Amino acid sequence: MKIHEYQAKEILRSFGVITPQGIACFNADEAVAAANKMGGDTWVVKAQIYAGGRGKGGGVKIARSLDDVRQLADAMLNMRLITHQTGPEGQLVHRLFIEEGVSIGKEYYVGMVVDRRQQRVCLMASSEGGMDIEQVAAATPDKIHKIYINPMAGLQADEAENMAQKIGIPESCLPQAAALMQALYQAFDATDASLLEINPLALTTQNQVIALDAKMNFDDNALFRHPEITALRDLDEEDPVEIEASKHDLSYIALDGNIGCLVNGAGLAMATMDIIKLYGGNPANFLDVGGGATTEKVTEAFKLMLRNPKLQAILVNIFGGIMKCDVIAQGVVAAAREVMLAVPLVVRLEGTNVEIGKQILVDSGLTIISADNMADAAMKVVTAARAHSHSTGATNH
Amino acid sequence: MSILIDRNSRVMTQGITGKTGQFHTRMCREYANGKSCFVAGVNPRKSGEDFEGIPVFATVQEAKQQTGANVSVIYVPPAFAAAAIDEAVEAELELVICITEGIPVRDMIRTRFAMQGKKTRLIGPNCPGIITPDEIKIGIMPGYIHKKGRIGVVSRSGTLTYEAVAQLMELGLGQSTCIGIGGDPVNGLKHRDVLQLFNEDDETDAVLMVGEIGGSDEEDCARWVKDNMQKPVVGFIAGVTAPPGKRMGHAGAIISGGKGTAQEKLEVMESCGIKITRNPAEMGKLLRSVL
Repeated sequence: MKIHEYQAKEILRSFGVITPQGIACFNADEAVAAANKMGGDTWVVKAQIYAGGRGKGGGVKIARSLDDVRQLADAMLNMRLITHQTGPEGQLVHRLFIEEGVSIGKEYYVGMVVDRRQQRVCLMASSEGGMDIEQVAAATPDKIHKIYINPMAGLQADEAENMAQKIGIPESCLPQAAALMQALYQAFDATDASLLEINPLALTTQNQVIALDAKMNFDDNALFRHPEITALRDLDEEDPVEIEASKHDLSYIALDGNIGCLVNGAGLAMATMDIIKLYGGNPANFLDVGGGATTEKVTEAFKLMLRNPKLQAILVNIFGGIMKCDVIAQGVVAAAREVMLAVPLVVRLEGTNVEIGKQILVDSGLTIISADNMADAAMKVVTAARAHSHSTGATNH
Repeated sequence: MSILIDRNSRVMTQGITGKTGQFHTRMCREYANGKSCFVAGVNPRKSGEDFEGIPVFATVQEAKQQTGANVSVIYVPPAFAAAAIDEAVEAELELVICITEGIPVRDMIRTRFAMQGKKTRLIGPNCPGIITPDEIKIGIMPGYIHKKGRIGVVSRSGTLTYEAVAQLMELGLGQSTCIGIGGDPVNGLKHRDVLQLFNEDDETDAVLMVGEIGGSDEEDCARWVKDNMQKPVVGFIAGVTAPPGKRMGHAGAIISGGKGTAQEKLEVMESCGIKITRNPAEMGKLLRSVL
């Protein structure tokens, strides 16, 4: 799960991380009031969207007067902010963060992720702050320093100070920087974060070490013990179909093709998308109905796929183990009836009770194209999608 | 031989009194030698009771002492599953198979840290388990689709493994052992560890490895194979069409920061001498081609 910058900063402040003062706003009046309240003569108006790269996309601007604040806030709210992470359609800006201006001396990068190979949290830091860290990693990997944190001991003061020294923080500011890194790790650990990025970490001209930006993601598996973080979820930032899917405990991800797929198991679901592509088609989605799919769940899955106006065909690929093919077949028939399916449906069943399952499909009287194996299924659904898009005059994606 | 488990394994179920634990313990007991292999259950609140004749103990240690169980399978809910693994490790079991999906990564980091230097091996979490066909099945895979043979199978997923097994069976190829190592980012045995075991197993002739996007497990394995493996290995990686930054069902199936793509994995595997296919319908045929 992701949260906004202003929310991440609030969490980090509660762990003792120093950030500029700032106020979240939903309209220009609030933005002006916020700037007024904070005082000073320079403010930063920041669009609050989950995607990174906001600065380059025009989502972070300096205001030197209250009029500036109003103008920038008006311009930014409800704009579609396009960054390298939003995709070409951009993300609508609903929230702003007004921060006091800070006089920056030098910028650094500090981040934390779970390193899968080391099976520990990795603290990464670099002297190259304010830049795309992936580019830094690709171009000058020696400028990124890493340490792996002992989960029982936590990040030690000397480790943090050593890291601060490596990225070139001046001697006099090392204790400050080390304390900040330790606080970051405490926040990461206590909130079950999966990613934390401070880019940039700034050294102000007053020699204060301060988190100018903050990004936090959290482990979905741990949200059950963090209701306070779950409450921060901003549904405006999420795909409505994916939100609907999560309500039904379905794992759904929209793609840009036109062949819907409904599969049990994540690995098989990915492989199904891959084989559709391999046979010349384009998958419209990833959809894993999981191990315990019921008729209701299969029906909801069909409804989700059918929300996609580009949809030209559906492939159901089930390997029944514990989940029996006859149960799935009943679900498919019920779902196809309920949604009055108007696109071709290819079904491949394998595994437990496969013959009974196939018979249920035949007996339903529905026009279901049966497939014997994955390759057969992929070929049939690609052909069916093409034929259907020609017959309806739709563009073939 | 086979790897990790055989007819002599003695298994306890942690979480035997839950619905999932009961269902699968029953299925496993009905498979091959299951009746003599599944000897104990653990539930601190139901000690002294039994599940269909299988005695339930308060602790793993007690179950081990009373029954000689050396393997545990875990169906405990996610919030408590890491602690269940810890208990099995403390009791010095040889092997722990954690089926549970949804364990917080933070818990697994601590559990894996505590496992350093301990003798216990961990399969999973978030996995279908392990089967040595016609001998013993520990996990949730359908037993009947397998047959004893000489092909090793290792995979990060469940149903895609069944698909791979079915393709082998269509060609008459039985399996020595099939292992699902699980779809979580922080887990126990990796592809590489399993390949090492298959390499040493004189009843395994060749290995089918099935990977997916996320992490660098398959690449690490491929490099090990290049330098050490004495037997043919073939592979498939799921998720060539997966978009970056999206979690594809499994907690660990995500391309992050441009890393962990299927393309990258396939390239490394090929460069290390592993034959690969991009067609998930041809995993079986590919394996047969190297025999």
